[in-house]
Amino acid sequence: MSIPFESRHIGTDAAAQRVMLDALGYDSVTALVEAAVPQSIHASDVGEGSVIPEPATEREVSAELRELANQNSVKRSMIGLGYYDTITPAVIKRNVFENPSWYTAYTPYQPEISQGRLEALINFQTVVAELTGLTTSNASMLDESTAVVEGMLLARRASKQKSATFVVDADALPQTKSLLASRAEAVGIELVELELATTAPDDLPEAFGVFIQYPGASGRIADPRHLIEKAHAGGGLAVVAADLLALTLLESPGSMGADVAVGTSQRFGVPMGFGGPHAGYMAVRKGLERQLPGRLVGVSVDAAGNRAYRLSLQAREQHIRREKATSNICTAQVLLAIMAGMYAVYHGPDGLRAIATEVNARAIALATTLRAGGFELAHEHFFDTLTLLVPGRARALSDAAYDRGYLVNVVDDDTLSVSVDETTTQHDLMQLTLALDAVPRGTATYSRVLPSLPEGLARTTDYLTHPVFNTHRSETSMMRYLKRLSDYDYALDRGMIPLGSCTMKLNAATEMEAVSWPEFAGLHPFAPRDDVTGYLSLIDQLETWLAEVTGYDSVSLQPNAGSQGELAGLLAIRGYHRSRGDDSRTVCLIPSSAHGTNAASAVLAGMKVVVVACDELGNVDVDDLRTKIGEHASALAALMITYPSTHGVYEHDVVDICRLVHEAGGQVYVDGANLNAVLGFARFGEFGGDVSHLNLHKTFCIPHGGGGPGVGPVAARAHLAPFLPGHAFAQKQEHPVVDGTSSGGTSSGGTVVHAGGAVSGAPYGSSSILPISWAYVRMMGSEGLKQATGAAVLAANYVAVRLRDHFPVLYAGDNGLVAHECILDLRPLKDATGVTVDDVAKRLVDYGFHAPTMSFPVAGTLMVEPTESEDLAEIDRFIEAMIAIRAEADAVQAGEWPAGDNPLVNAPHTAQSIAVGSWEHPYDRERAVFPVPSLISHKYWPPVRRIDQAYGDRNLFCACPPPEAFE
Amino acid sequence: MTDFDQLRFTAEHEWVRLAPADAEAGTAPSATIGITAYAADKLGDVVFVDLPDAGVEIADGAVVGEIESTKSVGELFAPVNGTVLEKNAAVEDAPELVNSDPYGEGWLIRVEYTELPELLNYADYQALLGDEAESVQ
Repeated sequence: MSIPFESRHIGTDAAAQRVMLDALGYDSVTALVEAAVPQSIHASDVGEGSVIPEPATEREVSAELRELANQNSVKRSMIGLGYYDTITPAVIKRNVFENPSWYTAYTPYQPEISQGRLEALINFQTVVAELTGLTTSNASMLDESTAVVEGMLLARRASKQKSATFVVDADALPQTKSLLASRAEAVGIELVELELATTAPDDLPEAFGVFIQYPGASGRIADPRHLIEKAHAGGGLAVVAADLLALTLLESPGSMGADVAVGTSQRFGVPMGFGGPHAGYMAVRKGLERQLPGRLVGVSVDAAGNRAYRLSLQAREQHIRREKATSNICTAQVLLAIMAGMYAVYHGPDGLRAIATEVNARAIALATTLRAGGFELAHEHFFDTLTLLVPGRARALSDAAYDRGYLVNVVDDDTLSVSVDETTTQHDLMQLTLALDAVPRGTATYSRVLPSLPEGLARTTDYLTHPVFNTHRSETSMMRYLKRLSDYDYALDRGMIPLGSCTMKLNAATEMEAVSWPEFAGLHPFAPRDDVTGYLSLIDQLETWLAEVTGYDSVSLQPNAGSQGELAGLLAIRGYHRSRGDDSRTVCLIPSSAHGTNAASAVLAGMKVVVVACDELGNVDVDDLRTKIGEHASALAALMITYPSTHGVYEHDVVDICRLVHEAGGQVYVDGANLNAVLGFARFGEFGGDVSHLNLHKTFCIPHGGGGPGVGPVAARAHLAPFLPGHAFAQKQEHPVVDGTSSGGTSSGGTVVHAGGAVSGAPYGSSSILPISWAYVRMMGSEGLKQATGAAVLAANYVAVRLRDHFPVLYAGDNGLVAHECILDLRPLKDATGVTVDDVAKRLVDYGFHAPTMSFPVAGTLMVEPTESEDLAEIDRFIEAMIAIRAEADAVQAGEWPAGDNPLVNAPHTAQSIAVGSWEHPYDRERAVFPVPSLISHKYWPPVRRIDQAYGDRNLFCACPPPEAFE
Repeated sequence: MTDFDQLRFTAEHEWVRLAPADAEAGTAPSATIGITAYAADKLGDVVFVDLPDAGVEIADGAVVGEIESTKSVGELFAPVNGTVLEKNAAVEDAPELVNSDPYGEGWLIRVEYTELPELLNYADYQALLGDEAESVQ
């Protein structure tokens, strides 16, 4: 007997839903959602033509994933190009990668309940900063290629040189060059490509920056110091992409004068995963900290004066700075950055140096053998990659290697490259030597074994001397360290995380299982098509399923995050206009209520942001929209609109809004962040959208990983599909077409080539986590997805109706209903009692909850999104906590407790705070930590008290604090 | 105590303290510039200021610096045309001065001005704040 998966995924059963519906006065979930969603956008019936199969059970889906896995073939990859096989220490795989305490956590916006992953990220930042020799590293980037693009943009912001030129190393990774080209063009940067290893400093053109790959894609190591000096002399910045493992043996970019270092930490124990996810990195010299994109963890103090970690400089992020933001990057790759940081913790500096030395020794052994076998090598100095000059024979030799189970990189007909990594064995080298027919015979002699690292570039500086990198050598110690950190944190395995606009739903174990299978985890992103047919089938299916549920025709899974999906969608609109000679269509209308990332993305797509006013309900002011369309008529490129709105309301006029934009020749971008409120009930492509991004880490169950990974697919109607992101190394250029808009989702069987510029280093982005979303749709089926939406909308409306008398609910749409989230207005409470939204959020910690989204989209409010996965008991526990907190605030107002000393302003309460020293507060200790009796048997103890935000930003420190800080 | 009648104000919530040219000392007319207490309060805890160096020419209305708090990043607009004489290094080291003493130790830059646009007097500025307070309601 098998239980339908939807009843495992959806937290509320029929009886619970009955109770909730009664509170709202509706007969059924369908009646409720249909009353909330405007009639004009109700989805058409797909019926028989659906491409989504009938739901399968968990067991069946595991078996199907196993079949797909079996269609992939894992060869020994020696392709290199930024992706290397690596050994994930089993203690890290089991205790981090496959541990919900790490992967179901959210971005650490509430630092008091996120100290574990913040410490883990500080470890990562320390590894990156020390290996690159720079002052400050951020908490990771989406991948290496996008990190290089961000490095270019940072150089332009920070440089005093007015030139629009950026110099690119000809020996950069090919996928990086391709990203640089498409991203530079959109923002008016001119690229000049030079063979930097042989460029004389005087031949360097005037430029705001120069980008050096170190070592180069060909494996060559050249000394970049004279070029860096020359770039600086001209007022430009030097951006260096460096291999972290090589840096354990090579002089660091920082010590050579680089301003910015970028790259990937993938080979620090993170599987290649057919392209991702991995943690890219970026580090900068002193003085550029405030230019860093993405997230940055820093050290501060809590209310008791103890050291505590937090996200620093958040005011500079795109959600606040909008079109003035330094970047549109919102997220990091936290889970993967933590793994890479822990790889360094486990191996320590000596272990890393030993791994690098062995990799280099194997590369030298291979070089020696190949030379003796008559091969000519392109470069004398290398770390792990050899470039072989094999005129006319590259493909034949690659085929011969393939026949023995080895993948090498065919640079062109005359050139091959081979990369050695941590997993390469003597046996591998012998097999490769045999395959290349490089066995010396006759008069061939072995030359003396020569060191391959240039003498002047040998690393002289220490790294990772902090105790954390020199303590956890035994597996017991490592396991306990990981457990200690994860115990500090509040993730979905403890309780509800009702973060509005984040959709913290279940990440089911069956969905997660396939991610670490070698057939999904062990593939290089540029592996040959024949080796990845299982992946390509899964990707094709997921593309068609997502197209059908959104009413679009074609989908690209390439973007590594929602922000990158936005950018890809806007670049598609740009490409479309330009293909029609509409080069002057560059204005992007964005409602004032939109998420700040929209504006930041529009700028990066070369568009000019014009803000459209919203009415007092947060809906687009249609009169102002008409005015703005009129003002910019022939320059109108697009409108970006979120549906339902960022205020959690189904905007009634959306069909008219889309029509007005279309009539003026503009395109409509529908931000899919809130798709969980309409899935199955309305389709973006049907009601007027031309293109959207989705967040698989919200609606489609990819876990948030504590702040990444994410996947932000971009879905478009047919006319924009040719402009979706392509990739030169994609195993298959054609993508399936679903006839999304005419009949609501039947496969037409046709295909389309996505020919826009790439937005990720890998053709299918973060491929290895796509099985999660695939499994979710496969187990839910169309009807299950619709039921999930209904349950999510029901839960949000139930919270709204239960809390309405205690906190005003700020916005509502048709029939007074909200969508999948509701905004509780705490400003009247603050006016009446002085209790702030922060106080309530931190007090929720004492009650055993993760706070809802704070002060977004409206300052002084909490946005609550329960999702469909929480059961009624947990939702009621939250409601009761909120009501109890309201009563505590009333007691402050009544003068029972002073405004400066009460359970709210002092929250959260640690064990230390009630146990150590005398207790001198006007409420008792039981009230502090056990305000409701159920907490006595089930209590989450925050590790720190409220963290001082200003102290951390004024005293920016973003690496492991010295040990004396622990005393 | 701050003598507000000695100050001029802008709609961007900056204050300007004018010092006339001093023929004896041979100095040109200068203006000291900061943000108002209202602006500092709205920003919240100021954590970082980015100010133009001495010698930089500034033009009325242009963005010449940044004032960052834990909540947002405010821009410093040049209220006059001129050349920066000095920036307040003390505020760079201790940005909290902008909150604790916005009209005194929390000053930001001193400028030799060539042209003085029309600025608000204290009463006008108070009236403007009244309007803003109302529009917030």
